[in-house]
Amino acid sequence: MHRSRLVVPSRRGLSRRGFITLTAGGLLVAGCGGGQGVGSQEKEGVGGFTGEEYAGSALTLAYWNGFTGGDGPAMQDLVKRFMADHDNISLENNTIEWADFYQRLPAAAQAGKGPDVGVMHLDQLATNAARRVISPLDDLAEALGLAEDDFAPAVWSPAIYQDQRYGMPLDVHTLAMYYNQDHFEKAGISEPPTDAQSLDEACQALQEAGFRNPFWMPNQWPAHLMFLSLLWQFGGEPYAEDGSAATYDDEAGEAALAWMREQVDKGYSPDNVDIDTQYTAFKNGQNSITWDGIWQINDLEESGLPYGIAPLPVIGEEPAAWANSHNFFMTAQAAEDGDRANAAKTFIGWMSEQSSSWSQAGMIPARNSAREEAEYTDSPQYALREQVDALHFLPAVPGLGDVQIPTLEVAVNEGVLGATPPAEALAKQAANATEMMKQNLERYGS
Amino acid sequence: MAAPVTNPAPATAAAETVGAGGPDRPARRRGDGIVAWLFLAPYLVLFGAFVLAPIVLGIWISLHSWDFTLPGKPFVGLDNYADLFDPDSVSFDPFWNSMQATGIFTLFSVPLLIVVPLAVAMVMNQKFRGRNVFRAIYFAPYVLGVAVVGVMWRFLLDRNIGAVNSYLGAIGLPGDTAWLSSVPAAWVALVGVTVWWTLGFNAVIYIAGLQDIPRELYEAAEIDGASRWSSFRHVTLPGLRPVTMFVTLVTIIASANMFGQAFIMTNGAPARETQTAIFYIAETGLQNFQMGQAAAASWILTLALMLLSVVVFAVFRARGEVEPS
Repeated sequence: MHRSRLVVPSRRGLSRRGFITLTAGGLLVAGCGGGQGVGSQEKEGVGGFTGEEYAGSALTLAYWNGFTGGDGPAMQDLVKRFMADHDNISLENNTIEWADFYQRLPAAAQAGKGPDVGVMHLDQLATNAARRVISPLDDLAEALGLAEDDFAPAVWSPAIYQDQRYGMPLDVHTLAMYYNQDHFEKAGISEPPTDAQSLDEACQALQEAGFRNPFWMPNQWPAHLMFLSLLWQFGGEPYAEDGSAATYDDEAGEAALAWMREQVDKGYSPDNVDIDTQYTAFKNGQNSITWDGIWQINDLEESGLPYGIAPLPVIGEEPAAWANSHNFFMTAQAAEDGDRANAAKTFIGWMSEQSSSWSQAGMIPARNSAREEAEYTDSPQYALREQVDALHFLPAVPGLGDVQIPTLEVAVNEGVLGATPPAEALAKQAANATEMMKQNLERYGS
Repeated sequence: MAAPVTNPAPATAAAETVGAGGPDRPARRRGDGIVAWLFLAPYLVLFGAFVLAPIVLGIWISLHSWDFTLPGKPFVGLDNYADLFDPDSVSFDPFWNSMQATGIFTLFSVPLLIVVPLAVAMVMNQKFRGRNVFRAIYFAPYVLGVAVVGVMWRFLLDRNIGAVNSYLGAIGLPGDTAWLSSVPAAWVALVGVTVWWTLGFNAVIYIAGLQDIPRELYEAAEIDGASRWSSFRHVTLPGLRPVTMFVTLVTIIASANMFGQAFIMTNGAPARETQTAIFYIAETGLQNFQMGQAAAASWILTLALMLLSVVVFAVFRARGEVEPS
């Protein structure tokens, strides 16, 4: 019930709380099976992945992910290509809405019915590592010769929990500023705003051009992601690295939340923007500027709206933006069987290399080499190339995502609604979050 | 809604089996017992496995710090309960806030869901052309799932781009009510949608109840010179008492279990004010996997509901004794 995460794949009107299950794997295998020797005798063994492709007898890996939206076809494409390349590994693909994914995965793993490989968000890795759902991948990173500087900054280390790596980054995704090009033209704005002042001027120009509410401010998803971006821009940090405290109730946090509310007070945003309305209004041409995830790119492309995309303006002191990352993982269940583990690592390694074509999903490839290829440089999200250097991820703290929902998200909601002064709302929820984080340290530590 | 309880023992078959046993009375009585248990067994197995066992397991879970994904589930005694009653704990505010939300919702939805469906049933019980069409219209929303109802009304009630505010504005009423993100407007929205959605069910039960009241009673009242109001007051209402008690109990329980509407329409906003008890329990237990805490919260909610049910029974029984019908 990660309600907040629900929205990620909700574009194109897919039911947020529904889920889609696709099984593309089974059928495709028939065409390309067989032709393999009995090569599994070597038994590289668990954790001893050498980088050699799995050469054993044919097997089928269960592969779970949450790509239910415009990113689904891009993933199906990659899966097909992988199977065409590997006669002895077939994949049984199971696509589950992210919200259900994080509830089902631990339950399924507990029952021994979980997948062998899958994709999850970077900020969920620590939680699932602590729950012993997923298994370390250090040997894979080593065998492939991958290191921190092969990837976008900051995405590499949050996948490490208790000195072991649990995820292989596929992409990074962040917030972008979308704007309506027609509106900008009518208001005589030639360049997308880059800081607080130019954003303010743009909003005034838009209002003068007849767009009454040019910048709708959400109070639910993705409001807390906007808040986190602004907090980092003002030089704050939301959480202590070791997971012992929430620290967003400082001056940076107050400045961030106060700025969000200010957009309502100035009349740039109407009051009480309901769930998803800022985005719907943007698509309807009622809203000129909106900050939302890059996962909306495919949806906007399809809508035919003359939209522009630009990095988040620097409202605070330095460029910064919230980001998350889709990471491949291998389950502890797969790690118990040497063959499956090696096949899983073969798959993850191959996927990591192919990540440039993942640009079609509207995402930014995590691997530096992939970000030099045309598939990325020709994509709309290439406009955010500079923001990639200023991405911030949540620290690898188990249970942090679950702490945020009843605390930070509530504080941001209250602050933007104007129900509670920013400082008060943040102080109260940061105290609650700290208490919950301490409980979590105890819970996951044992 | 209560589980549909069908009679698992066809009486005639039972009688025949027993009859074949012979005229020996004590033996037959013993046979009766076994056969009765045999016929009850299928339901008892289900009841035991899916109602009794989870209830007992729930108590057990509530005494632990229980996260089924973690290897350790330490016993914590009554700590989970103590936390929920300790104003300094992080769970205190969210939990009692959610209990309050459930209370507010129940307080306003139950009277409406008792009275409005009764009025609808009275009208639908008259003879007029197209009666069945109207009955179908009133019942229709009930067949929709909560997801459909919630998403549809979320769109309609949107403060800024929703149809409801747009039409209200067009006829000169205030068109800027935040139906989904301010109180008390959100309660009006949640109660209103729930009444619209479920009144058909209660109305159908009332109609069945109304049709069971013998016509002679109305005729007798008429001969005695009773007005329409008097015959409603002294014939209809007493005749409906068992039905009304059933409707009241079922509606209280359904209202106290409200979750989907708030989850989809308001997501608990503003802040957590419309987060109901079940919403809180689901979030705590199924999302954060703090099942011990969630089980303790469930037990407190259950006890509150049991208490309320006893009160409702007592009230109806007392009235039954005072008013000879």
